[in-house]
Amino acid sequence: MRNPRVINLLREELSAGSVVTDTHALTPFETDGLTAIRQKPWVVALPETVKQVRAVLRICREHRVPVVTRGAGTGLSGGARPLADGVLLTLTKMNRILEVIPQARVARVEPGVPNARITEAAAPFGLYYAPDPSSQIACSIGGNVAENSGGVHCLKYGLTLNNVLGMTVQTLEGDELVLGGKTLDAPGYDLIAAMVGSEGMLGVVTEVVVKLLPEPFAKRVLLAAFDDLRRAGDAVAAIIRGGVIPAGLEMMDALAINAAEDYANAGYPRDAAAILLCELDGTEEGVNADVGIVRGILDEAGATGVRIASEEADRENLWRGRKAAFPAAGRMAPDYYCMDGTIPRRELGDVLTEIAILSERFGLPVANVFHAGDGNLHPLILFDSSKPGELEKAEQFGGEILKLCVARGGTVTGEHGVGVEKLDAMCAQFTDTELDQFHRLKAAFDPEGLMNPGKAIPTLARCSELGGMHVRGGALPHAGLERF
Amino acid sequence: MPSDGDRSEPLTAAVAAASETGRSLTIVGSGSKSGTPNGSETVSTAGHEGVVDYRPDELVVVARAGSPLNDIESVLADAGQALPFEPPQFGGRGTLGGAVAAGLSGPGRPWFGSARDAILGVTIVNGMGQRLAFGGQVLKNVAGYDVSRLMAGAFGTLGLLLDVSLRVRPLPETSLTLARECTPDTAHGLTCDLLRQPLPVTATAYCGGVLRIRLSGSPEAASHAAAGLDLDLEVEDEVFFQGVRDHTHPFFSGFHGSTPPPTGGTPTLSHASEAGADSPAEGSGRLWMLSLPLGSIFDEANTLTEWAGARVWWRTDADADTVQARARVAGGYAASFPPRLDDVAPAVRKYMGRLKVAFDPAGILNTELLPHAD
Repeated sequence: MRNPRVINLLREELSAGSVVTDTHALTPFETDGLTAIRQKPWVVALPETVKQVRAVLRICREHRVPVVTRGAGTGLSGGARPLADGVLLTLTKMNRILEVIPQARVARVEPGVPNARITEAAAPFGLYYAPDPSSQIACSIGGNVAENSGGVHCLKYGLTLNNVLGMTVQTLEGDELVLGGKTLDAPGYDLIAAMVGSEGMLGVVTEVVVKLLPEPFAKRVLLAAFDDLRRAGDAVAAIIRGGVIPAGLEMMDALAINAAEDYANAGYPRDAAAILLCELDGTEEGVNADVGIVRGILDEAGATGVRIASEEADRENLWRGRKAAFPAAGRMAPDYYCMDGTIPRRELGDVLTEIAILSERFGLPVANVFHAGDGNLHPLILFDSSKPGELEKAEQFGGEILKLCVARGGTVTGEHGVGVEKLDAMCAQFTDTELDQFHRLKAAFDPEGLMNPGKAIPTLARCSELGGMHVRGGALPHAGLERF
Repeated sequence: MPSDGDRSEPLTAAVAAASETGRSLTIVGSGSKSGTPNGSETVSTAGHEGVVDYRPDELVVVARAGSPLNDIESVLADAGQALPFEPPQFGGRGTLGGAVAAGLSGPGRPWFGSARDAILGVTIVNGMGQRLAFGGQVLKNVAGYDVSRLMAGAFGTLGLLLDVSLRVRPLPETSLTLARECTPDTAHGLTCDLLRQPLPVTATAYCGGVLRIRLSGSPEAASHAAAGLDLDLEVEDEVFFQGVRDHTHPFFSGFHGSTPPPTGGTPTLSHASEAGADSPAEGSGRLWMLSLPLGSIFDEANTLTEWAGARVWWRTDADADTVQARARVAGGYAASFPPRLDDVAPAVRKYMGRLKVAFDPAGILNTELLPHAD
């Protein structure tokens, strides 16, 4: 399995210090953002050039060594979990911004560039890169492509998929695929769609061309408080129905509000059952018109208070609480488990109620803070892994939430990916023939199955062992039985 | 769930039967975008129509692939919404499935996204006659590979589309069209200025020495933006850009309208002499779509430039190599019209071929539309 010749070959191709095998030096690589799962890789390769990436892939193919590609390691589903006998291909040293072309509104970058650095490079031209996952200071654009990352602005500006125009991909067989470019359309199949969100299963992205947008003239953030979760959920639907597409529309429940207040002092109303944060952007006149419409809708929906932040400092203050929600949750309990299901907006009220019932049943509290505008839930299950059985309980609870999302017409992952974490949940979402089609797609790019094996798509055997959990179409198996 | 207009069963059965015997199938919708090749059996999505699910406050519509675009657009318009990608409605006959399979987008594409961008889910029948569903009705969904969007622009070569789930957008309260006569250089300069500003621009076009810009949004926002631009208000309003979208504008005369293009071949210019002031000179016999970076300038006669310079329609007698070379110099590529699966670099073609096999191992679905059946 571990052929020492492979290490020597890698050392011949990569510079000194770019092939890591020392057991202590491997420690930082043993997990990504899903820290409950740890595994030291056999070897870490840190190429600096495309040529070196190609060499690593060639060596791995020739010696049948599996490859796991990793960016900054901020992923939340274990997609970059290493393999004990595999190479961890880490692209953080390929972190150059190759060009910014303001006229064409594009930037060409290497995969290891942190998301936020693209906007920094574009800012002098009045431009920015729209997708902004909360890890944007650290997470790499290559990782964003692998996961189809989102953020708070997806409702208006789309996901990574909608903001990438081109990419260069290296396949395990040594082919270099130049897909798309600086134009809006490209000939042939839309292989970019296949690559984005493929979790490193199809190839290695060595260059990305992203779309840039002009910074809006004006922004406002509205904070609306509600004394009832369901009313807040209904207000979300009413805003969309009113013809306004907010740049961001976020919701937090009472537990999350208070945790965020303790941590960040954003001035949220501690007595509210839920708050909505609604960001509107555009021209001064357009934003003024939208603020009027949204304000009216919020009042009608029964908001107990609405605050409007126009000044940058004020807006940032309101966002600070939201952005601090995850670290704040970390102070409420020794551990938290962040879920990522998406549901149609109309199901928000029901699903939140059911999550509360599950929370009682499992005896674990949940803080809800999420992208309400696009129905993307992030329930944070609070637990203590030092107590025997609590981690397992949290995972079971999470699994129940995901099944609930699928049953309500949603999906098991909105933006964090399947990785190793949601393999079982995938069995609930897809039929055997659909999973088989995924495997066939994978084999088209990686017939030998050496790229990130065991992630993203469960084997049919795994699903059948779970015993027929397929729940799509609103029909849970044994729907007549009381589930809790 | 409405069952009238649901032909999922017979369509699945038709593909399954062909799959067993290895017979080739040509999938047709309305036939508005190209002819059907000879010698292959056709399977038509006509009659497989109707809205399966539409909830305006979810910004999502699910409809059957054979639905006429006209019908879908009018259902959406009744709720004050529209398909974001403004699909061309050639002759009013195009189907939703055809629009998605061809991946064609209208004048608003740089601002509202493409057909592919709007797709949230599909139900398909693959070449093995298996009915499969991918994606769904939610905006954020990263479970599994993005098979849904892979269908956009694949011309039915990977599967027959049964249902499509699409994102919709609110119709703007107002749309204004501004116009100004100017040289190509001036038009280019004005367009580049617009690209750098967050104005509510939703379409641009330069044709026949006139630059047109569409502004959409709240009346306050649109008229304030209009006042800041050095262009005149045009009274025709939406007519011009609808003409560009549906190719009823004189520039496109001879390619659409009452006479569909000849089957299987390149359409030729039939009545350019009837066309109006914007129409190109006679003899410019082939229509090309050039895809270029935003803010490009492409200074040739007989062109219509839209998408802030990112798409140029060019009628020319020049041979394909010359057209491709010109497009490459300008930083993009050229595709002939009516659209088809264009040729790609050999390395990309290899994986396209393998994807085709992954979805359609017997090679029965629209296989003649692949650039090279490797």
